[in-house]
Amino acid sequence: MIKNLLSIDQLCVEQIELVLRTAESFREVGTRTIKKVPILRGRTVCNLFFEPSTRTRISFELAAKRLSADVINFTADSKTSVTKGESFKDTAVTLQAMGVDAIVVRSSSSGAPQRLCDWVDASVINAGDGQHEHPTQALLDLYSIKERFPSIEGLRIAIVGDVLHSRVARSNIKAMTKMGAEVIAVGPPTLLPASVQSWGAQVSFDLDEVLPKLDVVYLLRVQKERQNEQLFPSIREYAALWGLDRRRVAMMKPEALIMHPGPMNRGVEIASDIADLERAIITDQVTNGIAVRMSLLYLMLSGADQDLEVLP
Amino acid sequence: MSATLIRGGRLIDPASAADIATDVLIDEGRVAEVGKGLSRAGAEVIDADGAVVAPGLVDMHVHLREPGREDEETVASGSAAAVLGGFTAVCAMPNTDPVCDGASVAEMVFAAGRQAGLCEVMPAGSITKGLEGKYLSPVGELVRCGVRLFTDDGKGVQDSRLLRRAMEYIRGFDAICAEHCEDASLSEGGQMHEGEFSEALGLKGIPSAAEEVALGRDILLAELTGVRFHALHVSTAGSAEMIKRAKASGLRVTAEVTPHHLVLTDSDLVSYDTNFKVNPPLRGASDVEALRVALAEGAIDAIASDHAPHSAEEKESEFEIAPPGMLGLETSLSIMLTELVDVGVLSLADLIRLMSTSPARILGLERQGGPVTQGSPANLVIFDPSASWTVKADSLSSMSRNTPWGGRKLKGRILHTFNEGRLVVKDGALVQGALV
Repeated sequence: MIKNLLSIDQLCVEQIELVLRTAESFREVGTRTIKKVPILRGRTVCNLFFEPSTRTRISFELAAKRLSADVINFTADSKTSVTKGESFKDTAVTLQAMGVDAIVVRSSSSGAPQRLCDWVDASVINAGDGQHEHPTQALLDLYSIKERFPSIEGLRIAIVGDVLHSRVARSNIKAMTKMGAEVIAVGPPTLLPASVQSWGAQVSFDLDEVLPKLDVVYLLRVQKERQNEQLFPSIREYAALWGLDRRRVAMMKPEALIMHPGPMNRGVEIASDIADLERAIITDQVTNGIAVRMSLLYLMLSGADQDLEVLP
Repeated sequence: MSATLIRGGRLIDPASAADIATDVLIDEGRVAEVGKGLSRAGAEVIDADGAVVAPGLVDMHVHLREPGREDEETVASGSAAAVLGGFTAVCAMPNTDPVCDGASVAEMVFAAGRQAGLCEVMPAGSITKGLEGKYLSPVGELVRCGVRLFTDDGKGVQDSRLLRRAMEYIRGFDAICAEHCEDASLSEGGQMHEGEFSEALGLKGIPSAAEEVALGRDILLAELTGVRFHALHVSTAGSAEMIKRAKASGLRVTAEVTPHHLVLTDSDLVSYDTNFKVNPPLRGASDVEALRVALAEGAIDAIASDHAPHSAEEKESEFEIAPPGMLGLETSLSIMLTELVDVGVLSLADLIRLMSTSPARILGLERQGGPVTQGSPANLVIFDPSASWTVKADSLSSMSRNTPWGGRKLKGRILHTFNEGRLVVKDGALVQGALV
């Protein structure tokens, strides 16, 4: 397995399949009364979070703890860290000196995990860097789709919303197309990158037109600040044109799924009652996130490159 | 000062249209004689066989960081880097702390340059006080102490009315108004060139239009006011085209381009290496191609390094936080020899014109840029165009290390540099005691 996970680009189809298969074994651990296996006992995982994120940090923390690793959480706003006088590099070197085995890093700055790799020997896992990538999110999304469909190949998936500023969209478009899905980026023209087609996705500005042919509609969080940057006229117009509501759900195939990486803006990209439908697998995504992260931590830290045998 | 005889070199001197095998005799700080088979009793002899002898290079765009950031560079350390790179004159940008917006800072930089005694150091003055874009700097006071070029480099003057007034005022002193062309509302928050790579890397883009909108306005205002206008570090195909058109319509417009914009592209940022972060940003491959064509066709007048030292602690950070800028003085000539002359984009004579004669004329530096003829000041460089070397950031003379060229094998080695007849670089090293 790879040492660092910075981008979906680093994984081939076989490696993605291995991660997903291994996650399946770990999924069962989460259903036990005692949700712990002694696989990474004595190993240390540091969650280095320069950007506030409760759910991703907790998910990684639980994943490491369920593998019996020791977990340190280092949370700092990158701006305060800089004003305090400690550079990103010094923070990295300090953690290195303490002998951590893996660093899970979240930063508002694109490329920060890649820079970290230049300075530390520990495994680096990208838990979201700026507007670049969020590879573990894409892997847990693939896992969640695979739970409902026999294969990802041939599925038609729309990623709807602020693709331009979304690390989730970048990782997912790469991962889904790699696994053979047909991906359509849908949203206002100002929020779709001009080069999105070169990532292998098609482009549409019209959600109603694509909805009936989809197997999965993947909604991105729309940050209200984007309105102030004149990227779209108003939240009201956004919700009217690209928000998923009951009328639009009625246009979808009966078996089509609704997904969202969270946190949701109910009433903006997703109507409140829609988020609670059975086909909206948003909480499954959260549950599966722990199993997929356990799988990655195990594969990366143990150096294993084949399937796990029976779990203790 | 004893005489020096440069024996057996190839003199390339655009100012006298010379490209000849000849000896050059230097005496009393001046060129005493140019010709074959010269001799002078007691003269120190420099063997220039196989080497090029040329007027000292002139870099019209450097940041020497003094006053304010003497941990990154000083006038003295920057002068040393300059002569090691073959330059005998540099123009120091005014974005120091305090800003060069009055005689006190300008005098200080002039004095520090004289004290270092390695090359001519000419400070540029700011267009607006404190680079704030609000009030005009005392242009007359600065001109009186020897400043000839005015710019708010680092940013553009955003207020068109203020720039118009500045141009009219500067014109009255026959000085140059130079602009860093950037519409701040289009570039705000930008980290790199906007395009396929910025979108893939998730870094906010700076569109080519941010430069071109500003340059277009500046050319129109130059036409309105009649000022001598100089476009700093043009980086896009569109800018090159606009400069070409402005020249064709007879405007007094000149432009420079940096070695990095002639060689590197936005694709070099995939490593998120902050040494490639620069403003204007590295553009696309088609821009590089267009800039090369514009340079070869004469639409662009000068190659300038935009030497911008930054401390390691500032560059060793997240990409978004790192300041833009890269070193250039010690690598400019070799990069251009390797990437442009060796592949036939420019002749050696073109390169010397673009790196010496032409910038010296734009800045009005009478002691620089040749001609290398009897009686002229002996500001000269001797380099071996075919010798190769590998750039090592730690071996550079600059106080900073932020070069994007580390590890590159380059052609062209500076052998000797003469400042006013005095050998300041000998055999590629600073002469002991040269830095006084």
